[in-house]
Amino acid sequence: MFQLLGIPPQALFGQLLLGLINGSFYALLSLGLAVIFGMLNVVNMAHGALYMVGAFVAWLLLTYVGIGYWPALVLAPLIVGALGLVLERTMLRRLYKVDHLYGLLLTFGLALIFEGAFRHQFGVSGQPYPIPDLLKGGTNLGFMFLPTYRGWVVGFSILVCGATWFAIERTKLGAYLRAATENPTLVQAFGINVPVMVSLTYGFGVALAGLAGVLAAPIYQVNPLMGANLIIVVFAVVVIGGMGSILGAIVTGLGLGLLEGVTKVFYPEASNIVVFVIMAVVLMIKPAGLFGREK
Amino acid sequence: MLEMRDLHGFYGESHVLHGVSLNVQQGEVVTLLGRNGAGKTSTMRSIMGILSKRRGSIKFQGEELIGMAQHKVPRLGIGYVPEERGIFSSLSVDENLTLPPVVKEGGMTVAQIHDLFPNLKGRGTTQGTRLSGGEQQMLAIARILRTGATLILLDEPTEGLAPVIIEQIGVAVRALKARGFTIVLVEQNFRFAATIADRHYVMEEGHVVDMIPNDQLHANMDKLHTYLGV
Repeated sequence: MFQLLGIPPQALFGQLLLGLINGSFYALLSLGLAVIFGMLNVVNMAHGALYMVGAFVAWLLLTYVGIGYWPALVLAPLIVGALGLVLERTMLRRLYKVDHLYGLLLTFGLALIFEGAFRHQFGVSGQPYPIPDLLKGGTNLGFMFLPTYRGWVVGFSILVCGATWFAIERTKLGAYLRAATENPTLVQAFGINVPVMVSLTYGFGVALAGLAGVLAAPIYQVNPLMGANLIIVVFAVVVIGGMGSILGAIVTGLGLGLLEGVTKVFYPEASNIVVFVIMAVVLMIKPAGLFGREK
Repeated sequence: MLEMRDLHGFYGESHVLHGVSLNVQQGEVVTLLGRNGAGKTSTMRSIMGILSKRRGSIKFQGEELIGMAQHKVPRLGIGYVPEERGIFSSLSVDENLTLPPVVKEGGMTVAQIHDLFPNLKGRGTTQGTRLSGGEQQMLAIARILRTGATLILLDEPTEGLAPVIIEQIGVAVRALKARGFTIVLVEQNFRFAATIADRHYVMEEGHVVDMIPNDQLHANMDKLHTYLGV
């Protein structure tokens, strides 16, 4: 049995995989935050709560309606996206003319309400969600054991992130989005209905959070506070990547997940704070973030 | 084609347009002359609904624009080239050029646009804001020509540009006039305006104080100098 710097490879690769999985969730969530921030200038504090709602929608569909994982993978993001549309149309919209801080406060309040309501209804013990049959089991790669479901989460997340990046950076619709992020007034003066675009952007951003929630349900338990624990790290990821940067959100999310994994192997005590240490350093050296543009 | 009656406009509490009345016939090139702060740009912005607090009437081909949803105004066939040009830095030249949706048939093709503005040819993948100021102005005009808009609002297209570039813009605007576009032009540079316009509206303190046909411009030079303070 060979060893790497005194660490057995199973432990190293096991932690790297764990890091990559966490990184996938960071990437999906920070991507949604970046899209929303770019277009709405709102720091969506409700993002973690909507991730939790996504997981709960999947669990509720399975428990009460008998709808399984694969349909839920489509339905839960749609339901969370629709919820996002309602929130944007009825509440967030009213705050665009005042300071951005109010949007942050509103979404923070919404997060507390969602989390409180689910905790009241379902308790904090967490509900198990089974891995779908197709993705049970795993493969021995020789240097490590890869559970199929975890491999799926990493692969699918990267695919979704890549598709989102492509849609925003390389398509006509993405060009409207980028242009409206820069100068909504002028885009409107070209005949594009910007308020509708803004609503759909928010819906899409939170739908990504809902999707992450469904992916997370079989790995972590479905728990009203699952988003609250994650979102703090995700905000740090967004700050490091650069507010509003699409590529930054994806690369930083995956990278920091991996880095956390590595830290767990070599210096476990620091694994919970390594992201925040990097955030502090990045803020001091490049306040706009690694991929952000200085304004 | 465009008829404005007693238009009042407000930015928040401040009253910037005080009863602007003017009309523009199909195929005409009309300028708005006046000093800084006379209300020329605000008049343009109120047509597009960007200045949204308005009173009075703005009719385009008989349709009232006040009260119309902002994104519907350009869809009637009105193209807007803002003073700051508004080239998007996160978009390539081609993406900037094709961004405004086609709203009517009869817009120019990209090949025709490249004939009119040869500088833009072969620059498609360049980041929009890496073009020179003059090229950005050309791009700002060019992207409207694709849309099939029949009325073009040009806000100070010559501002800050070198004389040789101004000459090029002038050639392009005359070519557009020959193609039958109706153009409303905001200008501080009335020597430029005199080479292309049919009529000039002079604005002062938020309303139109005079209208001078271009062929009487020479006879009215003294008056104009007083208006513009040059």
